[in-house]
Amino acid sequence: MTKALSIKDLCKTYDNGTQALKGISLEVEEGDFFALLGPNGAGKSTAIGVISSLVNKSAGKVEVFGHDIDTDLTNAKKQLGLVPQEFNFNMFEGVEQIILQQAGYYGISRKEAKKRAQPLLEQLGLWDKRDAQSRELSGGMKRRLMIARGLIHEPRLLILDEPTAGVDIELRRSMWDFMENLNKEKKTTIVLTTHYLEEAESLCRNIAIINHGEIAENTSMKGLLAKLDMETFVLDTTGLPTQMPELNGYDVRVRDETTIEVDVHKGAGVNGVFQELSKHDITVLSMRNKANRLEELFVRLVESPKGGSVA
Amino acid sequence: MNLVAFQTIVVKEIMRWTRIWSQTLLPPAITMTLYFVIFGNLIGSRVGEMDGFDYMEYIVPGLIMMSVITNSYGNVVSSFFSSKYQRSIEEMMVSPVSNWVILAGYVGGGVLRGLLTGLIVTIIASFFVDLQIHNIWVVFSVVFLTSVLFAIGGLINAVFAKKFDDVAIVPTFILTPLTYLGGVFYSISLLPEFWQGVSKLNPIIYMVNAFRYGFLGSSDIQIGVAFAIILVFIALLTSFAIYLLNRGIGLRA
Repeated sequence: MTKALSIKDLCKTYDNGTQALKGISLEVEEGDFFALLGPNGAGKSTAIGVISSLVNKSAGKVEVFGHDIDTDLTNAKKQLGLVPQEFNFNMFEGVEQIILQQAGYYGISRKEAKKRAQPLLEQLGLWDKRDAQSRELSGGMKRRLMIARGLIHEPRLLILDEPTAGVDIELRRSMWDFMENLNKEKKTTIVLTTHYLEEAESLCRNIAIINHGEIAENTSMKGLLAKLDMETFVLDTTGLPTQMPELNGYDVRVRDETTIEVDVHKGAGVNGVFQELSKHDITVLSMRNKANRLEELFVRLVESPKGGSVA
Repeated sequence: MNLVAFQTIVVKEIMRWTRIWSQTLLPPAITMTLYFVIFGNLIGSRVGEMDGFDYMEYIVPGLIMMSVITNSYGNVVSSFFSSKYQRSIEEMMVSPVSNWVILAGYVGGGVLRGLLTGLIVTIIASFFVDLQIHNIWVVFSVVFLTSVLFAIGGLINAVFAKKFDDVAIVPTFILTPLTYLGGVFYSISLLPEFWQGVSKLNPIIYMVNAFRYGFLGSSDIQIGVAFAIILVFIALLTSFAIYLLNRGIGLRA
């Protein structure tokens, strides 16, 4: 099957000498929901810039649904929709005007574009604002406008560069539903970059982590999470004894007079924690992960000197 | 050629300059009215004839051409730079619209504004002088080609511009002096021979004189030479603009 996105040995060195990408290679399957993660400055946006022709590459090869951006750029661009990280529309243009213009750049007639724009703007809650100047929109609306603009030509591959940055929780969740629906119902392949790792964990099936311009990890989400050798749980109790007893097989740290953190190694299970605590008459009221599982892995990956193993 | 994309860019440009008509269409109308009143009526009556025509009659084609040049150039340089500045140019860069269409679309928008401004100035002029037209085809072809040439020039300026100051440098320090010294207000035959030679290095002199020929049938230079020069400049600037867009200079990191 043709890959939705294929990147091979992609390098980018900026004029000031910064090596943003040091030969990254990755593939995204058609229909996938793919997370491209990395700390700020890791090279994610540069990679997206190269794929979408906003940045000139220094070396390497990029194909979008089999269309090489060096030899068949027009067809590669037709397959691709981009929702960039920063607002990049004309602030003085109207919402619908921006969408219709974008359709026009793809050769879609105004009549057809209008037909497509209405349901799209309705789905994204922007139809009532179609005549408003884009500068009058709230931050969340501007983000949704960029999504609508990126989808008006019905791309097969959609790249979302931090689409939920700065939006409130309710809106973020509705955007997750929208993206999930787009991937499942419309079969649109999605590449997502985000700093909300919970978002990546719940939406994406495959993942690549870029660090210092190199791929630190490229695997399935399940495969990556399986590499987590230890999780830390936070337990709220009714009260702790003055001298916290040792729990057999678990590392425990006291946070305050009622809260402890317990490190549970892979395979140890959490039942034993409760059994050990019961032995010392400690009653647990609630329990939660100290950090999102993906977040733990991510931090370990990007903090390791070569971005290597997480085990 | 993606005609829908071309039409989209041209319509976008028209909507832009009509939305801000008080900044784009009104100022040239006021400025040119003042020129006609001061240089034409008040001073012109004391100047007497120029090349056998009333001074007012003589300067009208040059003033129309001046407004066309300024507005064609100004429209493209400010619109394209503003798209770069707001990064809305990325909307086009990620789409399959070709660089030829981008160039043609912006130039189309600039030419339409230039020609509309020229028409406004012509209508105002008609209140001051009895306009005669010697050769309508020369009038139309020269004004159109000149407008195209300066619209392309505006795009090249915008490609290189990094800040708003850079948008004003060429019009202020190059375009305006060349236009004023381009035979708008005088015949170069009034100059000493040496300065006539120097003046002929100014490409605007050919455009103004060819345009004036279309109205009055009088010119300091040969019309054929003027057309050749305009066409050569259009070819050169088009090639350069396409080269810049293809390389992504000033647009892609």
